[in-house]
Amino acid sequence: MRSEKGVLGLPLNIEKGRVEMIHGSGGRASSQLFEEIILPAFDNPWLRKAGDQAVVEMAQGRWALSTDSFVVSPIFFPGGDIGSLAVHGTVNDLAMGGAQPRYLTVGLVIEEGFPLSDLARITQSLGSAAERCGVSVVAGDTKVVERGKGDGIFINTSGIGWIPRDIVLDPSAIRVGDILILSGSIGEHGAAVLAAREGGGLVTSLLSDSAPLHDAVQKLIASGPGLVCLRDPTRGGVATVLNEWARETGLVFEIEESRIPIRQEVRGISEILGIDPLYLANEGRFLAVCRPESADRLLSVLKSHPLGLAASQIGHVKAGDPTRPGGMVRMTTLMGGVRLVDWLLGDPLPRIC
Amino acid sequence: MDGLRYVEEFRDPLLGRSMLQALRRMAQRLPKSSVRIMEFCGGHTYAFHRFGLLELLPPEIRMVHGPGCPVCILPKGRIDAAIKLCLEKKAVLATYGDVLRVPGSHSLTLMKARSMGADVRIVLSAMEALDLAEKLPGQEVVFFAIGFETTTPPTAAVVLEADRRNLKNFSVFANHVMTPPAMEAILSGTSVDGIIGPSHVSTVIGSRAYDIISRKFNIPIVIAGFEPLDILQALQMILQQIEEKKAQVENEYSRAVSPEGNLRSQELIAKVFEHAPSFEWRGLGELPLSSRSIRNEFSLFDAQRRFSLEVLHVSDPGICECGEILKGVKAPQDCKIFGTVCTPDNPVGACMVSAEGACAAFFHYGRQEGVVS
Repeated sequence: MRSEKGVLGLPLNIEKGRVEMIHGSGGRASSQLFEEIILPAFDNPWLRKAGDQAVVEMAQGRWALSTDSFVVSPIFFPGGDIGSLAVHGTVNDLAMGGAQPRYLTVGLVIEEGFPLSDLARITQSLGSAAERCGVSVVAGDTKVVERGKGDGIFINTSGIGWIPRDIVLDPSAIRVGDILILSGSIGEHGAAVLAAREGGGLVTSLLSDSAPLHDAVQKLIASGPGLVCLRDPTRGGVATVLNEWARETGLVFEIEESRIPIRQEVRGISEILGIDPLYLANEGRFLAVCRPESADRLLSVLKSHPLGLAASQIGHVKAGDPTRPGGMVRMTTLMGGVRLVDWLLGDPLPRIC
Repeated sequence: MDGLRYVEEFRDPLLGRSMLQALRRMAQRLPKSSVRIMEFCGGHTYAFHRFGLLELLPPEIRMVHGPGCPVCILPKGRIDAAIKLCLEKKAVLATYGDVLRVPGSHSLTLMKARSMGADVRIVLSAMEALDLAEKLPGQEVVFFAIGFETTTPPTAAVVLEADRRNLKNFSVFANHVMTPPAMEAILSGTSVDGIIGPSHVSTVIGSRAYDIISRKFNIPIVIAGFEPLDILQALQMILQQIEEKKAQVENEYSRAVSPEGNLRSQELIAKVFEHAPSFEWRGLGELPLSSRSIRNEFSLFDAQRRFSLEVLHVSDPGICECGEILKGVKAPQDCKIFGTVCTPDNPVGACMVSAEGACAAFFHYGRQEGVVS
């Protein structure tokens, strides 16, 4: 490919080389980086054109757009890396609106001195995650910043997905009596990243739950009506999503601690670090609100999907309290007491996504 | 993580419910209409709220929150001194995460100091601070050390390690306080019928450390673990003592606490630290012989001497009830600014900062109908 494009000089030393300022200059070195590392990871007709924009044919109807930036540290963590995370993050944001993700764009901000081998590993991970999700990376951009002005690599992805005509997922439609379903065990991404962080000194067998959710969502939608809205509990965890819904609707969200699946390793890390798993990030889980008459069907559809094996009906929606217009989230604890589940305390949490 | 079995066993819901029923029966046999029981430690305050235990207790038991939250008892003057270290003296300040949001004078926090250019790093352990000093040989690194007896041995260990490694750029701003003097001060001013004693602190100092206090004030003290069943068991033991008119130290947390405590940790502490003449506690004021300072032979590693750091007395804002709350005289909801002016995102007093602070725990878990605190 190098010779076809006619870049002069030796090929990049991917094993030992590092990203230099010149790789972001837009000159020959930039082209070389693109052709030898980035293009092979995503190879498709749009990228091969290497133009200023990608031109795509789109069907008529409604389209969902989403963008997300990824600054996770460490960039490689048990069960994933910043590349696959950047794909799953945007794919999942689209999926939560009922959309079928189609195209992605990728922006890379790389710090001078970043190992080319890591860059190759991340772009390959990004490319194969996109392929598994059935989305094409059709446009992208690479910038290099001086050493000390970034932390290795930051990635932005934007995505676009098609929404079937009759699908409207909207929290403002949540009603008293609706049921809350959680797609799987919580906190594995947050706990795995925290455990992998320097200084944590924790060794576990825990893997991030990072995964694309659009397939499971499509199966739910295809099974019939009754789905009200979806949200993926990333930063801030399950507690934050429930509080957002409570504030948007003014209703009371009641959950039961005994119905929330949590793996033992996550419990352990939470105890050691003093973090409530309800606030730990997830990258491959979602919360669904559904009508009571559809709850059993949706739960069984979800449980038959590989990502929903541990799905659980965790609570329901009750009437709001006029003295608390912002709604509230309550939990019956294992001991049988009832407590508030508040917004995350403003603690300086490390970067997890 | 085999140790986790200990956690789940002590959260068994069925056992918890039957213990609560037993507690209700015991409460009806009490010689008086109600009892005030103080949980000294912020870890217990947090557990009460997190597991939703408060509303399950019989009405005859009134829990009073104690001062055992290391962040909460730090007076403003000490936060000011730490801010001075990193902002004026340009030292790299390493400390535990919660400390960053504690307000000093003029609502300045270490977090705000950081946005003003100070180099403040969050560490999870004292050893991490030491490693930081090794990684930054050209810069002064100060570990802003806080905490009761639990965090004192690790600080002592890093002072010894810094000495062994002959580190020239590392020092410790020591704010290590002692539990027994604070407990005495509280009992001198507040009337309570029993105390749930600290769990982690007691693993270090041992259950015997409370004997004198229990005798002097004629009060039951039961050392308890932080799990729900630990707490319920400890409450039963206290009620039992009250019923039998006893006043002694008992140890519910015998799986971790021994009568004499952890002798190796005590040796470490004694090697590096001595009793400081006096320490100002937020809420409790100046208490003699209630904290530890670094011994002369390690003065090179004492940030207060190294930077000629003065710790000044700064009055707390009049509207904040932190002081009275730390003494167990008032409850968080008695404070006029609780949940309005003072919230976890914008704390006025230190009790609203740490999750173990009485106000933060109540704000975070408790504010709803049916919950009495």
